[in-house]
Amino acid sequence: MRHWRREFSRRHIDIGGRYASMSEFLQFFFSGLTVGAVYALVALGFTLIYNASDVVNFAQGEFVMLGGMVTVFASAAGVPLPLAALIAICVAVAVGLLLYWLAIAPARGASAVSIIIITIGASIFLKGGAQVAFDKQFHKLPSFSGDAPIDVLGASILPQSFWVLGGTLAAVLILYVFLEKTLVGKAVLATSANRLAARLVGINTATIMALAFGGSAAIGAIAGILVTPITLTSYDVGTMMALKGFAAAMLGGMGNPLGAVVGGLLLGLLETLGAGYVSSTYKDGFAFVMILVILFAMPQGLLGRRTVDRV
Amino acid sequence: MKIHNLNQLNRRAVGCLLGISVFGLAVCGPAYAAETIKIGSVLSITGPASFLGDPEDRTLKLYVDKINAAGGVAGKKIELVVYDDGGDANKARTFATRLIEDDKVVAMVGGSTTGTTMAMIPAFEEAKVPFISLAGAIEVVDPVRKYVFKTPHTDKMACEKIFENLKQRSFTKVAMISGTDGFGASMRAQCLKVAGDYGIQIVAEETYGPRDTDMTAQLTKIKGTAGVQAVVNPGFGQGPAIVTRNYAQLGMSGTPLYQSHGVASKSFIELAGPAADGVRLPAAALLVGDKLPDSDPQKKVVVEYKQAYEASAKQPVSTFGGHAYDGLFILVDAIKGANSADSGKVRDEIEKTKGFVGTGGIVTMSPTDHLGLDLSAFRMLEIKGGDWTLIQPGS
Repeated sequence: MRHWRREFSRRHIDIGGRYASMSEFLQFFFSGLTVGAVYALVALGFTLIYNASDVVNFAQGEFVMLGGMVTVFASAAGVPLPLAALIAICVAVAVGLLLYWLAIAPARGASAVSIIIITIGASIFLKGGAQVAFDKQFHKLPSFSGDAPIDVLGASILPQSFWVLGGTLAAVLILYVFLEKTLVGKAVLATSANRLAARLVGINTATIMALAFGGSAAIGAIAGILVTPITLTSYDVGTMMALKGFAAAMLGGMGNPLGAVVGGLLLGLLETLGAGYVSSTYKDGFAFVMILVILFAMPQGLLGRRTVDRV
Repeated sequence: MKIHNLNQLNRRAVGCLLGISVFGLAVCGPAYAAETIKIGSVLSITGPASFLGDPEDRTLKLYVDKINAAGGVAGKKIELVVYDDGGDANKARTFATRLIEDDKVVAMVGGSTTGTTMAMIPAFEEAKVPFISLAGAIEVVDPVRKYVFKTPHTDKMACEKIFENLKQRSFTKVAMISGTDGFGASMRAQCLKVAGDYGIQIVAEETYGPRDTDMTAQLTKIKGTAGVQAVVNPGFGQGPAIVTRNYAQLGMSGTPLYQSHGVASKSFIELAGPAADGVRLPAAALLVGDKLPDSDPQKKVVVEYKQAYEASAKQPVSTFGGHAYDGLFILVDAIKGANSADSGKVRDEIEKTKGFVGTGGIVTMSPTDHLGLDLSAFRMLEIKGGDWTLIQPGS
């Protein structure tokens, strides 16, 4: 502790005042936002499926892995990057739909817990499949617009970070417009609010659920594609993503799309600020302790699920 | 009756040969067993440590076949018994017992990870069967155990090699950023222990988790620490590649960055990309075999091994397979030296290994040193233009 304080004060004296600590803060802040944006996308995927079917899909992280890995292998095979990304999204959506039709739909009558366990099994299966279909090495993608960092008030930010942030924003906006402004989106909301009532007014809830799985697979794949140039990818990146994304969704309030985004960004910020200002050894611990504190105070999460919906 | 028996024996022998020539299998095991020397191996061929076990397995099989094709050792063929522990220490222990009790092996070359090795050591010590481990940590041979040897360099040596280079460049204030996985944590501890011997002061210390994807926060703190002359990154896997990329992102490339032997593979350069330029690391000669001067005693061994491995496995050579090569040939030399397949005599000969030129270095063992490598086994490399370059000593 004494050592840490000495380090801290010396840094402030040597680098000189507010500019250095400001640029340091900005560096932590943007790193946290980038990492958090990915958690937000994964959390959004959780939310979409949870809303449509009350299932927490722990295979969500595997869609992130598929997005990254398929893009890497397709572009290695000579496919141009944008097309490779599109292929990856299609593969992930196909896997999401197959997951629903082959594993979730047949277990329709089962309790939510059983279905959650099925998704864990699916996650292990997908990871194993990826290990065989691809390989066990780490892979990278080229950055979309170069590697030269951009200087923002003394903090160096990779152009790819802006892609991640912009991509997340676009995904959230599209999802919002889809859910609030389209008939199919309204049907998804109606299914999430009350499945029986939705069926009574003529909504095909099975189709809606398949749509939710496909949609959340696409969101996951987009996250994987956007972030791979920064974080690298391998067959087993999904597990950690699912855990962090789940934590983010819980933090924001399970079932609330806006909460998922807020929770994801906050989790990313807690991690980097924890690493920067507390201790890098305990950064995960710091983030999770903060989540526990928030959930003790607000058991529904920051933006807990709305109990009344107007559809 | 006797003649009849002899005839039968002959017929059996002919059948045996036919079996071998047609199927390439030891279909006549029992009649043949006395003529072979059994060497055991427990490797992590599948599972999370498969990047270690897989090349080790391929290397052992490749060279046992080569040795047998050339007539075997002391007139006897080698019979290799390999088990895959999948990286699981419990399984490794079970297979170790099976090698000793059922297969009755003369010696064992294996143990891909420190975890599996440590689990198997008691079985081999108790049965008095020599065990040449392929695991990295210094705990395997420190304290020295009578029947346990190892071939890979230790993380302590890597620290010493890095600090030696820092000292030559008159750097004394160093920051460390370490992975919290087994490799990173162990090397970090060794580095802290030996830093004082080289007059190195660790002025900042950060860590990152094995699955972390962003280390800019930690590096920003190091960047903000006054007087840091160099940064050392003990780590393994993708972590160091991300550290290297973040390092360049933050514009810290003016301060020398040292990576460990844990990332000494082409995939590190690929993953880190242009950011890897200027990074230094200690590595085995195998990595730069074709760049070694012809006068280098290791050149012939490493170039031959690289060619043989790549021709047979169709994948780039790794230092891990090299460890298995070294272990196998130290054992073969010991069996030749003992002119016997008696475990006790072979053990004594392994301990007397002197001047053995392997892929990992020149090995000279003693009763107090069951590794037998010194710092010359490591070469200090710098990455330039996406390739390794040898650094002249003293620069």
